[in-house]
Amino acid sequence: MSMNREGRPTRPESGHEAETGTWTGNRALMLEEALIFEMDEADGCGVDFEILPGTGRGTARSAVEGAQHLARPPLHQAPPGPPPRPGEDRLGGLLRNRPIGLPGLSEPQTVRHYTRLSRQNYAIDLGLFPLGSCTMKHNPRLCEKMARLPGFADIHPLQPADTVQGALELIAKLGEWLVTLTGMHSVAMSPKAGAHGELCGLLAIRAALEARGDAREVVLVPESAHGTNPATAAFVGYRVENIPANDRGRVDLDALKGRLGPDVAAVMITNPNTCGLFEPDMIAISEAVHAAGGLVYCDGANFNAIVGRVRPGDLGIDAMHINLHKTFSTPHGGGGPGSGPVVFSQALTPFAPLPFVEKQGDHYVLVEEETAGEHHGQSFGRMTAFHGQMGMFTRALAYILSHGADGLRQVSGDAVLNANYILRSLDGVLDAPFGASGPCMHEALFSDKGFAEGLTTLDLAKALIDEGYHPMTMYFPLVVHGAMLVEPTETESKATLDQFIGALRSVAERAKAGDQSLKAAPVYAPRRRLDETQAARRPVLVYQEPKQAEAAE
Amino acid sequence: MRYLPLAEADRQEMLRTIGAPSVEALFTDVPEAARLDGAIHGLPSHASEMAVERALSAMARRNLSAGEAPFFLGCGAYKHHIPASVDHLIQRGEFLTSYTPYQPEIAQGTLQALFEFQTQVARLYGCDVANASMYDGSTACWEAIGMARRITRRGKAVLSSGLHPHYVSVAKTMARFTGDRLVTALPELGPEPDTAALIEQIDAETSCAVVQYPDILGRIGDLSELAERCHAAGALLVAVVTEPVALGLIRAPGEMGADIVVGEGQSIGVGLNFGGPYVGLFATRDKYVRQMPGRLAGETVDAEGKRGFVLTLSTREQHIRREKATSNICTNSGLCALAFTIHMTLLGEKGLRRLAEVNHARACAAADRLARVAGVELVNDVFFNEFTLRLPREARPAVRAMAEKGVLGGVSLGRLYPGAEGLENGLVVAVTETSTNEDVEALAAALEEALA
Repeated sequence: MSMNREGRPTRPESGHEAETGTWTGNRALMLEEALIFEMDEADGCGVDFEILPGTGRGTARSAVEGAQHLARPPLHQAPPGPPPRPGEDRLGGLLRNRPIGLPGLSEPQTVRHYTRLSRQNYAIDLGLFPLGSCTMKHNPRLCEKMARLPGFADIHPLQPADTVQGALELIAKLGEWLVTLTGMHSVAMSPKAGAHGELCGLLAIRAALEARGDAREVVLVPESAHGTNPATAAFVGYRVENIPANDRGRVDLDALKGRLGPDVAAVMITNPNTCGLFEPDMIAISEAVHAAGGLVYCDGANFNAIVGRVRPGDLGIDAMHINLHKTFSTPHGGGGPGSGPVVFSQALTPFAPLPFVEKQGDHYVLVEEETAGEHHGQSFGRMTAFHGQMGMFTRALAYILSHGADGLRQVSGDAVLNANYILRSLDGVLDAPFGASGPCMHEALFSDKGFAEGLTTLDLAKALIDEGYHPMTMYFPLVVHGAMLVEPTETESKATLDQFIGALRSVAERAKAGDQSLKAAPVYAPRRRLDETQAARRPVLVYQEPKQAEAAE
Repeated sequence: MRYLPLAEADRQEMLRTIGAPSVEALFTDVPEAARLDGAIHGLPSHASEMAVERALSAMARRNLSAGEAPFFLGCGAYKHHIPASVDHLIQRGEFLTSYTPYQPEIAQGTLQALFEFQTQVARLYGCDVANASMYDGSTACWEAIGMARRITRRGKAVLSSGLHPHYVSVAKTMARFTGDRLVTALPELGPEPDTAALIEQIDAETSCAVVQYPDILGRIGDLSELAERCHAAGALLVAVVTEPVALGLIRAPGEMGADIVVGEGQSIGVGLNFGGPYVGLFATRDKYVRQMPGRLAGETVDAEGKRGFVLTLSTREQHIRREKATSNICTNSGLCALAFTIHMTLLGEKGLRRLAEVNHARACAAADRLARVAGVELVNDVFFNEFTLRLPREARPAVRAMAEKGVLGGVSLGRLYPGAEGLENGLVVAVTETSTNEDVEALAAALEEALA
């Protein structure tokens, strides 16, 4: 018999209802966390600087020693521990004369603050994240490790090209993969995210049309498109017109053909589209657009469904962005950074942006404004400082090399298989507006048809939170009432899908049965439903210290 | 394959549920002529972790990293020490593998961090409000120009010759399509910023003046008069900060009257990364908030009255407003913003001030040491941590010669302004807390040798 056996084993006790609240507001592992601006000891510091011997002050020791040789005494001949006073610095009288108001915490406080905050987030690492059109797949940690190699992470964008040959090679290699996988002619690596890639594509299109003296003014965009498509087209100076969809959720080819004409610069097509469906008329669409003198932009947000299965270049596409943070699994990081390289057809290649990497002999060079004139004089110019999202390139190439050509084909196969499995497993439970038209691609689209009076897609989504899932994309695409767009991705197991299907079936049945308790969901999340109307009506976008309370008398 | 959990038996069972004979059959909508029947020819097959690591490490070794060399490059990207806890915290899966916080009940971590980030940025810049980040400084800069056009309904933007040439280039690209007229000029290799010349260009057509602080040569000047002149003409002042550490020691642009302050946040929490990803900062006055681009986190309450945070004012954004949005931006730089806010929390008021002092002290010492190299002259005597040297010959070959000796000795103006007359001898040198005395001596020696 050991001491441990004689302990006091805990066991559930009956007869005590627990819902009393706690003194701290915490609920065991669910910990409330104040803002850094509200913390009592927020005038600390979690960084030590070099210590100047004898003074106890953290400061720039070597700089001081170096300064002692100088003819003209700068402020550092005296230990620069105390803040410089006006006249002793070389700041031209611009020394800051009032505090900034930045709280500072020691390292343990900082680590705890952000660790506590992190635990209020849902994430792929915690479970299925079926956000449609967002491709929330597992993020391999090998990719993180590779991106942090000092040879990639600790090099400056303006270093002489001879000192960054490996980095330029990596950009070129990734570019080659993207061009080959898409069957296109060239690639622009600098766009910073998907929407920036769209901008890149449309700028190239407009530059190409202007170069042939054929100014056009309209861009056609399907109603189901991501909001970034019309926003981008408008930014580039085009008028946006909608293309209607047919009853199978695809572009209405006849309507499109009827609208094409000498004023149409381009069409922007998402393929697979945001209903999760492949556009079977894509080749016909491209041919019709080209015949009318326009160009075809493809939103490649959903490339994950077709990678290794079909090459956009074989479908007549002129430009397409690829979200490395979707198809090639660079992490979304709570909203970025992304990366949106754009592949171009031969027709648009001369207009692609600067800079780009080119292999000349066994040497990689960066073609910039200076050297572009020689053979890339029609470029529409530069979109961003430096050369793009190197940290994302490293991750994406690590991911691509891991999968290889065979693995990437399996990726799209499993992604599409998983989505169809969800679609068919919910037959008779949730309405699938285009379910009858055949298999879906990488995401399954449902509507709120059949929900009881007063219950909505939002209620179902919030109930899924209580079931332990991030909800699907809601109310998008706009062409389906109460849309629910479910994208499981290929990195989910069958068991995970089965549990999710069970949860979705359960909440859908509650919605159809009129279970009003759904309105209260989520109940178990760190917060209940938040008042977004109040947030927008009286915006509080930064922390303000509370006004000192007036004395009572 | 290690990232794909489905077993072949799972696939077969799932196909039975679906009622499809094969995975290939799910792709029937893809035109048969374009359908690939196997892995794309000529590309390698899958590889183990070890093999991938070997291949990429070989590429990484072909680069000279900043940590391996005496290093003095700046011009929009700076090498600073990042505390180890920053990279640890941003790699927590709940941050790293989460999405834009569309479901606020289960994204309070991201949202609260963004709210704190916005507050830090607004205070650092001396502004009322800041957004949840842009791609980088250069794109934030042209978004600011567009915002000034919307607010003033004018189309002429006057860009300082001290604005980073890549930022100017980006603005020129965009202006070609948006119809903005840009007034630009090349910098002169002189000690003062071009404030006086800028003021002369401001007129009743001007939407904004855009000035970098400190500027591309490292010069700093008071923005107050420029702000007054802008306002008197009904224009806005846009200030661009590429080195946020400077604001630990010098006055904030907002404090001097700038209406929109944008910049690069990379210095705080984000590594050099060969140019990206970085984090664009964007701040302005309260009254202009509805013309701002990008996402905003805001405070509210939940159904039980508990404080919480949500994305707000989204009626400015593309997913609601589509072609009428203030910007097409969707994904921003969330994780880099998180790195920024964590590093800034570790620094706090005291740490940022001290960091800035150390930078300035080292830069002062280095400037004096380098000015003693024969033939070398310090162009600007007022600077924060970056200054320009005039060499007795072209700087670009000198930089290459120094690199061959293992010294990354700065950015030549010939690299930034190829062919620009009068600038070819300019060398911009950035000195941060990471540069040691020995590094400065190595640079001085390498410079002497390169100029000999």
